[in-house]
Amino acid sequence: MSVEKEVMPGDKEDAIRNKETEGLSQSQIVFRRFVRHRAAMISVFVLLAIFILVFSALDFSLGPIQIPGWWKFSYLDTPELRFEDCPGGVTGCPTLDMIPFLDGDGVVVGQHPFGQDNIGRDYFALVMRGTQRSLQVMIIIGFIAAVIGTVVGAIAGYFRGWIDALLMRFTDFIIVIPAIIIGSVIGYHIGNLGAIFLAFYLGLFAWTGLSRLVRGEFLTLREREFVDAARVAGASNRRIIFKHILPNAIGVIIVAVTLLMAGAILLETALSYLGFGVTSPDVSLGLIISQYQESFVTRPWLFWWPGVFIITIALCINFIGDGLRDAFDPRQRRKLSLKDKLSGKRAADVGGSTK
Amino acid sequence: MLSYIARRLGALVVILFGSSFILYNLAAISADPLEGLRQSTEPNAKALMESLSRDLRLDLPPPLRYFLWLRGVLGIFTGNFTLGETREYQNVMTELGTAIPVTVRLVFAATIIAIILGVAMGIVSALRQYSRFDYSMTFFAFLMFSLPIFWVAVLLKQYMAIEFNNFLSEPNISLSWLVAISLVSGIFWAGVISGGKRQVVGIFLGVTAATAALIWILDAANWFIEPQLGIIGMTLLAVATAYGITQLSTGVANKEALRSALAVALLLGAIGYFPMQWVLELSNKGLMFLGLFALVPLLGFIASRIFARVDQGPVMRTATISGYVVLVLLFLDRLMQAWLPYMENDAVNFRPIPTIGQSKAELTLYGDVNWWVGTLDVMVHLILPTVALTLISFAGYIRYSRGTLLEVLNQDYIRTARAKGLTERTVIMRHAFRNTMIPLTTIMVADFAGIVGGAIITERVFGWTGMGTLFNKAITGFDLNLLMGVFLVTATLAVLANLIADLLYSALDPRIRVGSGK
Repeated sequence: MSVEKEVMPGDKEDAIRNKETEGLSQSQIVFRRFVRHRAAMISVFVLLAIFILVFSALDFSLGPIQIPGWWKFSYLDTPELRFEDCPGGVTGCPTLDMIPFLDGDGVVVGQHPFGQDNIGRDYFALVMRGTQRSLQVMIIIGFIAAVIGTVVGAIAGYFRGWIDALLMRFTDFIIVIPAIIIGSVIGYHIGNLGAIFLAFYLGLFAWTGLSRLVRGEFLTLREREFVDAARVAGASNRRIIFKHILPNAIGVIIVAVTLLMAGAILLETALSYLGFGVTSPDVSLGLIISQYQESFVTRPWLFWWPGVFIITIALCINFIGDGLRDAFDPRQRRKLSLKDKLSGKRAADVGGSTK
Repeated sequence: MLSYIARRLGALVVILFGSSFILYNLAAISADPLEGLRQSTEPNAKALMESLSRDLRLDLPPPLRYFLWLRGVLGIFTGNFTLGETREYQNVMTELGTAIPVTVRLVFAATIIAIILGVAMGIVSALRQYSRFDYSMTFFAFLMFSLPIFWVAVLLKQYMAIEFNNFLSEPNISLSWLVAISLVSGIFWAGVISGGKRQVVGIFLGVTAATAALIWILDAANWFIEPQLGIIGMTLLAVATAYGITQLSTGVANKEALRSALAVALLLGAIGYFPMQWVLELSNKGLMFLGLFALVPLLGFIASRIFARVDQGPVMRTATISGYVVLVLLFLDRLMQAWLPYMENDAVNFRPIPTIGQSKAELTLYGDVNWWVGTLDVMVHLILPTVALTLISFAGYIRYSRGTLLEVLNQDYIRTARAKGLTERTVIMRHAFRNTMIPLTTIMVADFAGIVGGAIITERVFGWTGMGTLFNKAITGFDLNLLMGVFLVTATLAVLANLIADLLYSALDPRIRVGSGK
């Protein structure tokens, strides 16, 4: 899809490029390419920042581990509604002020940085809780789908024959059902069991696209010489699959899973918006948007903040996926900057001995 | 070929059977229709539960109930096809029959617009690879990928409907808006056309000034209350259309094509402007549109005979396409003339852009509504959902057409074409674009089927009563028959679209032969 070769790469440019990858392993090359993808790198840092912010702000429990949050309210608290200095007599407007100096009071976080909802709940806590939920759902869906999809695709592609036919027919059965339909059917009845269950069940139906990709990859890779060599050397099927073929297919899998996770977060928010996903009293970004969309005119912050978080997360993941795809694509060539050309030329002039 | 299609249809039936079985059981197991009654304290709760169990055949396990449902579907062979009844004892088939046209109307325009815009943007983006325009298009596409439609919808309702209606009550464009719109349009077109530094600055200044002047004229002429193209606007647009289509289709260097296109466009749009107004008022609209539809190729044919001696095919094609574009413009012009009567209707009362609904039923209560006002009403209700759906779905086309075109441009036959000395226009439109469209077509077909499923959320947000509403009812009301009906429609569409996409692929690309391998 994003093959971005240059039309006629000169020999000299090729030499510069080859020089860059001299003596590096495949993963090092991929890593270097990824790091060079500016949008993807920015996205990685933004996403990390969101993760840290979201999971440290509120109390977060993972099984027996309890991590207390640093934020003073929980999403269930209902502190008093703030009346003072809100424009137009609205209550609970946000106290966050990001503009330094210009409006006189500098950067202020204040009591309720994202404002309060109509009954006074701290909106920062609500949004943090919702983002926690959405991220958890996303990761669980991504993980389960990755495992099932890879295993099904690998088995089908490696063993071919009737196993392949059986598994792929089954994949076809599920792929035909639109994600939103299957999600609603599950979500409407499982949703009240909690977001984690919902994510788990959604993951059970999200692997189909990935398994097709992995199967295709395995079908081509299994015909390659190194697989024959491994088989002649007496490697077992399991060893060939996991040690020889899977590492070569990992690029496709990682990219597909990343993009799948971007889809998963949008699916979860859409389901919660429809009322078929996470249900109150629990909080999810889609749910709070649907709860407060009527108050867009009077309390716009109730609408903007959850949206900003959904979009930022999905955008970051999409960019990371794009960066990964470019990094794993062997046909991918970087556009050389002027600096590269100059330094490459100098290196060529001195005889190419220095790097 | 026929045996291939037959085989594929067979597989299709198997897939539909398997997936409906899975969904039916999933829905039946996860839902308990008696849940509400179980907790009920009404004295007749037990009797109600019994009658409900009898109605829904709850005495049978879900897999067996599925076959009861399937018997109705298989009735298609014996002539008593039925999808069962809903919980309210409505026939599912009739419910679907009223819902499907609504949903199709909802997604049809959006899909077409998304395809045209997306492919155009993607191609420009690929031709200007690594330019600022390319980067901003990439960012824009990713942003659209990441937008939840229900979120966009709220924004659209506020800014495109409510605020725009407020603006229409006093349609004066403020200076800041004028400057902002002009600048955006200037930057956009400078990015699209590109070139040397001097050229870019020139284009930017020119387009900015032209946009500002256009908006100022529109504003001064009170255009937002009484919009129309008029005979002057139509003449200008007809000439522009003829030039544009000729450039894309054969290149303006082909004088015969240019003359034919101009002739047909002007004949319909300028000379024929007033007669066409009369034609458009004919009472039998269906026949009228059919007649116009047939007239245009005829005009194109005649023009090609008059103006061109050799190579009449492309000339006729160019003239015909131009004719159709002018026809659409005429249609729009006539709709614009219905704008004022529409706004004056008391049901609308100068707030024309609605936030929800699919048409205003009360329109006829407040006066005479002719066909054009009625059509305008439907169109106006389509605006917000169409914009929302287009925004969401055209990002994919941008990315995909960009990637495909870049891949095609690297092929040897493109280098050959360039080496032969063909113009860049010919290389791109004839050699590259056509080959780009092959994989794109298959995506489009599959996408159209997918978007019907995706319309569920859109319908909900904009208060339409189509398939999404039925689906919603089915889920919340534990209505298995209704759910399966909705699913059967979307799934059949999806698998059929896949089949059509494969057949199209082999029809468009002779290298791919379906049914030969395997």
